[in-house]
Amino acid sequence: MSGHHTSAPELWKRSARALAAAVAAGECDALAAVNAGWEGPAAAWERDVHAVVHADPGARAAGAAASAPGPLRGVPVVVKDNLCTTEYPTTCCSRILAGYHPPYDATVVERLRAAGAVVTAKGNMDEFAMGSSTEYSCYGPTRNPYDLARVPGGSSGGPAAAVAYGLAPLALGSDTGGSVRQPAAFCGVFGLKPTYGRLSRYGLVAFGSSLDQVGIFARHAGDVATAYAALAGPDPRDATTRTTPAPDVSGWDLGVAGLSFGWPANLWKEGVEAEVVAAMEEAAAALERAGARRVTFDFLPGEYSVATYYLVATAEASSNLARFDGVRYGFRHADGADVRALYTRTRSAGFGPEVQRRILLGTYALSAGYYDAYYLTAQRARTRIRREYAAAFARCDLMLMPAAPTLAFRLGEKVDDPLAMYLSDIFTIGANLAGIPGFTVPLGLAGDGGRTGAGLPRGIQLLGPEDAEPALLRAGRVIEMGGERARLPRAHESEFAWPTRR
Amino acid sequence: MAYEAVIGLECHIQLRTRSKMFCDCPVEFGAAPNSNVCPVCLGLPGALPKTNRAAIDAALRLGLALGCAVRAESVFARKNYFYPDMPKNYQITQYDRPLCVGGALPLSLDGVTREIALTRIHAEEDTGKSFHPERHGDRRVSRVDFNRAGVPLLELVTEPVLREPAECAAFLTALRRLVRWLDISDGDMEKGQLRCDANVSIRPAGSSGFGVKTELKNLNSIKGVEKGLTAEIARQAGVLAAGGRIEQATLLYDADHDRLAVMRSKEYAHDYRYFPDPDLPALEVDEAWRESARAALPELPWARAARVAERYGVPAYDAAVLCDQRDLADYYEECAAGADGKLASNWLMTEMLRVLKERGWPLAEWRGRVPAGRLRAFLAKVAAKELPGPLAKQVFAWMVDEPGAVEELLARHGVRAQGSADELRPLVRQVIEENPGPVTQYLGGRTATLGFLVGQVMKKSGGQAVPQAVKELLEAELAGRAISGS
Ligand SMILES: [Zn+2]
Repeated sequence: MSGHHTSAPELWKRSARALAAAVAAGECDALAAVNAGWEGPAAAWERDVHAVVHADPGARAAGAAASAPGPLRGVPVVVKDNLCTTEYPTTCCSRILAGYHPPYDATVVERLRAAGAVVTAKGNMDEFAMGSSTEYSCYGPTRNPYDLARVPGGSSGGPAAAVAYGLAPLALGSDTGGSVRQPAAFCGVFGLKPTYGRLSRYGLVAFGSSLDQVGIFARHAGDVATAYAALAGPDPRDATTRTTPAPDVSGWDLGVAGLSFGWPANLWKEGVEAEVVAAMEEAAAALERAGARRVTFDFLPGEYSVATYYLVATAEASSNLARFDGVRYGFRHADGADVRALYTRTRSAGFGPEVQRRILLGTYALSAGYYDAYYLTAQRARTRIRREYAAAFARCDLMLMPAAPTLAFRLGEKVDDPLAMYLSDIFTIGANLAGIPGFTVPLGLAGDGGRTGAGLPRGIQLLGPEDAEPALLRAGRVIEMGGERARLPRAHESEFAWPTRR
Repeated sequence: MAYEAVIGLECHIQLRTRSKMFCDCPVEFGAAPNSNVCPVCLGLPGALPKTNRAAIDAALRLGLALGCAVRAESVFARKNYFYPDMPKNYQITQYDRPLCVGGALPLSLDGVTREIALTRIHAEEDTGKSFHPERHGDRRVSRVDFNRAGVPLLELVTEPVLREPAECAAFLTALRRLVRWLDISDGDMEKGQLRCDANVSIRPAGSSGFGVKTELKNLNSIKGVEKGLTAEIARQAGVLAAGGRIEQATLLYDADHDRLAVMRSKEYAHDYRYFPDPDLPALEVDEAWRESARAALPELPWARAARVAERYGVPAYDAAVLCDQRDLADYYEECAAGADGKLASNWLMTEMLRVLKERGWPLAEWRGRVPAGRLRAFLAKVAAKELPGPLAKQVFAWMVDEPGAVEELLARHGVRAQGSADELRPLVRQVIEENPGPVTQYLGGRTATLGFLVGQVMKKSGGQAVPQAVKELLEAELAGRAISGS
């Protein structure tokens, strides 16, 4: 590392906004900014955490050299391995895409570059984003930097962990049922799943197309807003993007005076851990301190949401993943006597067990004779869930919810129990079914007060109606600054609860 | 027992849009394999479709021309099955909410017009093309060309209302004419731009039930449709006559050997697991879009044929021939404008179409050589009796290969139509002198003799006299003699 010292924090500890400002001001060059995480914390963390699956110093140097002036100039970004990047392989952490190099960049990656950011690594994930712990990666699991025996959450566990330990101030993930918000909570970082259709899916390898949305990880609310402003907006290549301009999030530090938030009074029946409840209370208190009004009512988001979600997501996945057949790219089984054998052997050996399980489920749900009972019923249930959220947002501007019922769980704890794993998504899947935005906000680490999980990150989730990103970011900023109005303006940097070795 | 067939057709029309159905790749025939491809039509991970509005416009043109109802909100669906020439292993098509519903194609066969009812027309994407395996030592290698993958197709499905193979052939001929007329496809079956599958069953003649149907594929020419259906109807009748039962199956017709082969039986029927494509929002066609497509429709061939027959006084058959192609109908009407429509029709149908056939020319080539204005000038001279029959044919032949007005052509070839009285009078007088017998007969009231005398004058002129002028001059001269001689 370079020898010169300033009073400013080390480059890798800075927020994306501060780093971009430093590069723009000539305080450091883009290459130093881009490599800061690699030369700093990665040496201490990456071997054990395993957040990254593809990286290349040459690509980093080329990216830094090409870094354009923009709001994210010189900012390193970890991108989940299901977003297409031309300089790194894109494998969805699946054997079936081994060695696959896309010939094009995802729209969000293009927009990152246009804003001056540099992709410095591809983040680990559950294979094809199917999982909640990043244990189903063909490259092996990612571990939680706050406790290496625990999972970082999933499926975007790699990007979340990388941001938490300091490899990059910003990361992109994807959120089909909570895959950004749950790992953000487990790793103690911010995680935004935008409104469906606000961030282009072009170049995001599809899992459940009607649910998938690219999401943003950062250690500071302001960085999420900056990235959102750079990425969101119509994309002619994705017919599901909204055609209107994305909402303006530049007022992220303006506070929540006059806003109301819903408090689900009946939630605690759902087996929510005490630490999560405590974090909810702290978040509510911060919002109230800053002038928001609490509205208490019973809200259990979609009794049938888990079943609905797993029918819709697997049905779409069974079709989306049909293209991986060994004919055109990726892994091909050597022993294919004819084309049927080639398909069967390639897919049986190329997909892991969880992916195969979901393809089978989805195929079944769409089959003749079952379509009405499963897929159509799920679509009707989805419409109802949408209405339930709409009714809730008729009573408040935002909803406060857990991001997950528990803090980070242990590796192996749920890997053999798919249903338990699916139920850990219970608070997040509603937003995907309803197409609304959700935002995980960290609330520091669990204390030592005798409870389990001391030292683990805690996070809560804020939900809003479509295009509520501006209000979500303002509320996130308020919670970040403990509800202290005087510290809301962007000049005040928040403290991040860095992990220590355990 | 006598049977009758119940036939429904499923036709695929490859559209001639500039770009593919869901991406910007050009639609181009004969390009190097896999040169017109991109992440979208290759189905690469992460790529997403976007609907080509020009293809929907073409679908609207066809649907509105056939009187279909246009759905304000139609839905693209995925048809899931594994096939190496299909990059995503699903095809984007329309299923339970197609763009166009109902409608009918008017079909004239043996002087009778029938409306063939349609079920639907929808838009979808084409697949790539697989090539048969090649042997490389002990390995077999198959190749796939994805240039065609994603090319826009329309699928048109008829109700099961067709009865005869010949009727099906006539339907396809009429459909081909229409898609060319609407300028949405070249409609060439040999090139796969128009494809046809048929569902066929038979039942005792006169009954109203439906038998077990089979699906006939690979009918890749209009003749093939007729022959394949004839073969399948005969096969089914044979099975029933032998006391057997028809099994539901998909059959391939081999036109080279006039043979049917079972492709798959019912047990292997696909479950396509259709569901709405989540990558494409519902296709909304509002009234403005629909009506602008309707307003852009040309006069339809059957309406135009009726109008041409009426307006120019040509027989229905001629009008149908002239309205077989839009450019031919255009050319005809330009030629017939202000002229004798019947005369124009005669020259186009006998002389021009013969030349086109002999030389294998498209009409455009002809029009380049004989623009309508030039033909109109020619027809005017013919109508004015300034060009005698044999000479007119000669001039017409010269016009095809040489530039210039009629007079210039005649001058270039040293031929002058002799029409003036001064030129003809000596010949006329000579013929009267030389043929006293016929002259006497004429003057005695046998006017039919005049034709003989005209012929004699024509002979003397070497065929270059204008018959009408000769006739008039003869009549005048003979009238003078009748007075003076009486
Ligand atoms: Zn293409």
